[in-house]
Order: sequence, then structure tokens, then C-alpha cells
Amino acid sequence: MNAVHSPAFLNALRSLLPAESLLTAPEDTRPFESDGLAAYRNTPDLVVLPDSEAQVAAILRLCHAHQVAVVTRGAGTGLAAGALPVDGAVLLVLARLNQIKNIDPLARTAVVQPGVRNLAISEAAAAYNLYYAPDPSSQIACSIGGNVAENSGGVHCLKYGLTVHNILKLRAWTIAGELLEIGSDTLDSAGYDLLALLTGSEGMLAVITEVTVKLLPRPQRAQVVLAAFDDVAKAGAAVGNIIAAGVIPAGLEMMDRLAIRAAEDFVHAGYPLDCEAILLCEVDGVNEEVSDDIFTVHEVLAASGATEIRTADSEEQRLKFWAGRKAAFPAVGRLAPDYYCMDGTIPRAQLPHVLKRISEMSAEYGLAVANVFHAGDGNLHPLILFDANQPGELHKAEDFGGKILELCVEVGGTITGEHGVGLEKINQMCAQFAAPELTRFHDVKAAFDPDKLLNPGKAVPELHRCAEWGAMHIHGGQLPHPELPRF
Amino acid sequence: MLDTLIERIRAAYENHSSLIIQGGGSKTFYGSADEGEVLSARMLTGVVDYQPKELVLTARAGTPLMAIETLLAEQNQMLAFEPPHFAGPATLGGCIAAGLSGPRRPYVGAVRDFVLGVRMIDGTGQPLRFGGQVIKNVAGYDVSRLMVGALGTLGFLTEVSLKVLPKPVTEVSLQFELDEAAAILKMNQWAGQPLPLSATSWHAGLLTVRLSGAASAVQAAQARIGGETLKDASAFWQRLRDQTTPFFNKRPSTSNQRLWRLAVNPATPPLAVSNRLAGDAQWIEWGGAVRWLISDQPAATLREAAKTAGGHATLFRGDAPVDGVFTPLTPALLMLHRNLKQRFDPKGILNHGRLYPEF
Repeated sequence: MNAVHSPAFLNALRSLLPAESLLTAPEDTRPFESDGLAAYRNTPDLVVLPDSEAQVAAILRLCHAHQVAVVTRGAGTGLAAGALPVDGAVLLVLARLNQIKNIDPLARTAVVQPGVRNLAISEAAAAYNLYYAPDPSSQIACSIGGNVAENSGGVHCLKYGLTVHNILKLRAWTIAGELLEIGSDTLDSAGYDLLALLTGSEGMLAVITEVTVKLLPRPQRAQVVLAAFDDVAKAGAAVGNIIAAGVIPAGLEMMDRLAIRAAEDFVHAGYPLDCEAILLCEVDGVNEEVSDDIFTVHEVLAASGATEIRTADSEEQRLKFWAGRKAAFPAVGRLAPDYYCMDGTIPRAQLPHVLKRISEMSAEYGLAVANVFHAGDGNLHPLILFDANQPGELHKAEDFGGKILELCVEVGGTITGEHGVGLEKINQMCAQFAAPELTRFHDVKAAFDPDKLLNPGKAVPELHRCAEWGAMHIHGGQLPHPELPRF
Repeated sequence: MLDTLIERIRAAYENHSSLIIQGGGSKTFYGSADEGEVLSARMLTGVVDYQPKELVLTARAGTPLMAIETLLAEQNQMLAFEPPHFAGPATLGGCIAAGLSGPRRPYVGAVRDFVLGVRMIDGTGQPLRFGGQVIKNVAGYDVSRLMVGALGTLGFLTEVSLKVLPKPVTEVSLQFELDEAAAILKMNQWAGQPLPLSATSWHAGLLTVRLSGAASAVQAAQARIGGETLKDASAFWQRLRDQTTPFFNKRPSTSNQRLWRLAVNPATPPLAVSNRLAGDAQWIEWGGAVRWLISDQPAATLREAAKTAGGHATLFRGDAPVDGVFTPLTPALLMLHRNLKQRFDPKGILNHGRLYPEF
């Protein structure tokens, strides 16, 4: 019998937690069967919902003693099946650790528990005219613990950075139940940069129970420009031209024809429809600087061949311009029963080539694609449309998605810009990294969790998995891992 | 060149012989002394790729920082973390390994914030590549950033990709006569407001603030905060960055005085340990987050003061105390450091003891 079902383990767990914090009946645990990537489901054996750091530590010690695996989950909004329950593991849900413990307006920091929602931090800091900068699209629901685990981004990354740039300190627990205090209340700390190592580690290294985040002064003003183009390549080039002109926009987003139409039909943002691509360029900061930047952006867009340029002249119009972009995913969702969101990053100069290849593959697979692009930082979100009720379509969509990610690697990019690897992209890790790097990743894991009890099977593929997958993906006649034995 | 380096590290691994990794030698004073044969990165030079529109530069580790900064300046771009060069020909690899940033750090980020990817050789002679040349990348653990500040104890860096930024159009530096407590308060209050701050310094009763950005924004901020305009400001910040100001070097060789770097919560009021010093024996930077002290107080006293203020103390120049240059790690963190070192450099041949005596 698996240890997770053994009476000794269950009784010990019951002694650590109140009855309502431990779910074992399938009807209670089923709501936790998937995260935001609902195509991957697995009903957890056991769900624990601790409400204190002490409970988390005790649960980890118990699991370690019984060699029971632990999958940590926050709000469950992740898009890579990183929080997918694993057979025989405890699902450790941190949603009840949801207190904002302190806000220090002078030092501009907030100390929060991992279950605090991303947006709740900015809402609490608003009283001091401060905010927390990373804003993933799920920010009303996603929690900061998950943001740290995934190194979440958002539309403002180019200027304000990812989660790793905006946190100072973590309290985290090893699977053995030992406390790690990582980072500090100042801008650096002694020793290796474990803060960077833990950020984006997808629940593989430690369990976070407290995060100290940086807060920034709210920009005095934000203004957005919308530009239409009759060619995606021109729109892509305009992005580089804006940056070459010395402007770092707060947000720089691009949508292609299908995404524009879907968004317009859904929220009526007033987007131009007779174009191949639109760019949304937002600048923020000090009042005078925003005026200067808007002028520069306008000039650059015109010189880059924009067929139409509109500047939002009120906050209401700014929000309307953004409404279409922010609703792009659900809007595209109305075009087909299902869509599959990819998350590759590419050097921006490769955009025309990559979009052309995606469109060719779209024809080959017979599946439509809408492209939404964090253009400023090269993070592409192709949305593959399909119907899961049609036999074989999900598999086809996944296969197509995998091909897009391999294309991103081919042009010098990466398989995931902000969603993480989880279980979803574990095969594509074999395309991105060779065996020596994957081995070092396993070494890093072993430095924290030698028994492989935290989130087993996620984020970093075992080498034999790559060998098996590689056998099906022979590229240019060369096996990616010729040195490995084949089973 | 790369093959020769790999061969030498492999040979050292086979023979258990220690290596000291060196770039331009501008930071040999930093960290504990280590022993072994010098393995130089000086021959490993050249910018491999620079795409101004992508805001990404890739260069070999031995490339002088000066050459990189000159190239960037031609495109009106910069290394935004303003790395110190100190007195020597600082290289990119040394800059990453030391992990030190300059005056702009609290306002735009540290060297680790701009690292996108590295190529390196680990302690077994295995070449490795982590991260890449794109700004957003969450595939795999962030081993690139782990190399920043590791002082070469985890691997020999051969190539680094960095995010770069446009140079601000205008910079103005302003000075204010203020005592220490008032200056710390001001720096923190201003940092919480939408002002284009890019550097702050306080020493001997004088607060100096740099504003950077569009001309209009800098002018508006200047009108708002006042102060006297500092002439020759870029030389002032460069001297502070490189520690060529006499403050950092005037310790009498006969005394026990050392230069300490106390990193603390920026809003920390004047430290008790600084009250015991002569009026000009402290220099504050980074909005209050770094307090440089010329002091002969015991290491334990200064480490305790920094810890109480949420940070840590580093011996920067002078004889190292018995507990080492850097603040000792807690047992749990020391074990993790040892585990990581063991995996990347199993025989402990790379810069042994440079960071901590234990590894």
C-alpha cells in the first residue's frame, strides 16, 4: 500500500490538523484535480489546507519521515500543470495562508503570506500610493506564492521586471522541515543568490510560507497609443524602432488579425478591423516624461508604416484600448470549443519568420491560431483553436503546440517565457537543454531535496524520458541525446 | 582558447589541484585570499552579439567592461547597474562573479537582475549553458543568476548575455546640507514618490541626489526637490562607483581600521555603530541601504548591527576577521551552499575559500 493511505500516516496527519483542513473523500478532493491547464487532471489522494506556518512545517516533516511526496498548490491558476496532483502524493494547498503581515511605506516593502492574491498586495499598498509591479493576467486570482514559484511576469515586465526582480526575502521550508531564510531586508545577501534560484523553481526545491516584496511608487500618469499595421512584419519592426529610440514602454503588446477580430466581437474596444496587426504601446512615469515619450512613440510608429495611430486622451479610453487585449484569451475562446495557449519567447527580430512558420503549421494541422504577443519582451502566446470532443484533436493541438515551442528554441528563444514548464512542457525541455545541463538541474534539485519528494516528475525531465521522446523527434537526422541508452 | 581552458580544468580536476580564476585582477582584494594556479580569462575576449533593438548584448568573459560600455554608448545604451571598475581593467566575467553593482542599483536593479544567460565550465571541466538571450525565460532553474556573486566557486564563466538599457537623455545631480538622520529619511521618502531618482549618496553632512530621464522630467523634479546643482557630477559618481575617492583608501596602515560594507534595510535610522565614528568615517549609498564604515570595531559588533537592521556586513578592505570576509551562513544555508558546491565543483578546485572558508 502506498504510504499516503497508510493508517499510521493518516492518523499522524489528523493529529496535526483540524478535521476540516484534511480532505480525503473524492468528492472533496476532486475540485483540486487540475490547475489552470484543465486538460491535465488527476484527482488527488489527499488534500491538506494548513492555516499556519507551523502546520506547514509539521506536514513536511511528517511527509519526509514517511517518504510521502508533496505537491504544493496556491490559487491553482497556473497554466503548465505545475500543480497537477501526483499519485501517492499529498496536495499541500497554501490558500489559507492569506495574511498581509506588514506594509512598511517608508522602506517600500510588504511582508505577505503565500496565499495572498497578487492584486490584493497592490490594493493594500494603494493607501500609501505604492503598488506591487508584476501583474500576471490572472492577478485578481493568482497568489504570490505561486508567482514566486513560477517567476510570473505580466504586461509590464519589460520596464518593471519579473517576480525575481521584485522580491527581497523568503521564508521557505525544505522537505525535511528545515527553515530557510533567503534574501534579506536590504538589496542583497551573503552567499549564493538562492533567492533567484528559488524563484521560478516550480515547487521543486522548497515550500514558501512568507514573501517580502518590493513596492514601487505608483506612476503619476500612464498613457497608451494604439497603432494599426497592414503587415505583421512592419508591426514587429516598429517594436524594435520604439526601443531603439530610447523609450522603454511600460507595456508593448501586439495582436494579430484573428485575435483582433475575436477581441472586437467580444468587448467592442473599437479596434480597427482592416489591418493585419495592432500594437498597444503604453508609457508611464512622471507627467512630463510621459508627454515626451508619447510624442516620440507617435513619430516612430508613423515612420514605421502604421496605417492608423490613436492616442487615448482619457483614462476611460485607455482602459477601453486595454480591454480588448486583456479579454483576448476569453475572446478567442469564443471562436472554438477549446484553445491551447502556448508561451514561447523569441528574439523579437525573429517574429516575422516565426509567425510565418506558425501560419504554415496551422494549415498543415488544420487548426487555426490566434497570436497575442508581449512584443516588448518577445513573449509569444499563440492560441491554438481546437475541439476536445473531436477524437484526436487535443492530441493534435498538443503536438502542434510542441512544434511551436521547438521552433522558438530553434530561433534562439525559449519554450516558456512566464508560464513555467510544469508537466506540460517537460518534453520540450529536452529540446531546450542537453544532457549535461539537465543533469545539473537534477543536481540542484538534489541539493535541496535528495529524495525527490517535492513535486516529483515536474519541471525537469529525467534523461531517459528525453531519450524516449527524442527517438520520436529526430531533428536533422541527429538524435538529441545519442549518449543515452534506449529502452 | 576555450578548449585549452577546458583541458586545464579537467587536468586540475584529475590532479586535485587548485585554480584561481582571474579576469582583469581589479577585484583581487574582494573576498578571502585563495591559493592555487591562476587560470586567466583575459584571452577570452570579444563581443559575440549585440542587438541594440533587442536590448541584449553577449560577450566573452574576459572582455573589458570599458570596451563593452564604449560599444553600448555608441548606441546610446548602457549597463544600467553601473558596475564598479575599481582601479584595474575590470572584465565582464569578474563583474558577474563578484556581483557588485554601482550607484544606480537601488533604482534600476543589480547586475543579477540584468543577467540573461551564461556559458561556463564547471569544476569537472564540463562546458554548460544556462539561460539564453531573451528577456523572459523560465525554463529550468535560474543557474545563470546563481553564478552572480558566487566568486567563481561554482564554475569558470566563459560568456555572458546581459539585458542593456537606453541611456537617460538628461542627468542632473543636486546637493543638500543635511544631517545623517534627515538624509536617510529624505532618501526613503523620495524613493516612495514618482521622482526620476538614479543615485543617492550621503557623506559628511552632504546629501547628493542624481536625477535621470527626459529633460522635462528631470527639470520638473529639480524644481520640486530643490538643492544646489553639482558641477562635474559624472566624475563624482564615477569616483564613488570605483572607490577612488580618498574616503575609501585613506586608512592609516598602522591602525586596525577596516572598510566595512553594511547592507541594511534602507529606512534604518543612523546605526549606533556609526555614532562611535568620527564625523566623516561613514559614507551612505543606495538610498540608505548601504553604509560604508571605516572602523576598528570588532567584526562581531558590526555583523550584529547589520543583522539587527535586516542585512549583513562584509569586510571590504583590510585584514579579514577570523570568521571570514562575508557574514557567516546559518547551518541550514551553509549545508545548501556545500551541496551546490559539491555538485558543480566536486573536488573543490575552483577558487576554494574565496567566498567562505568551508568551500
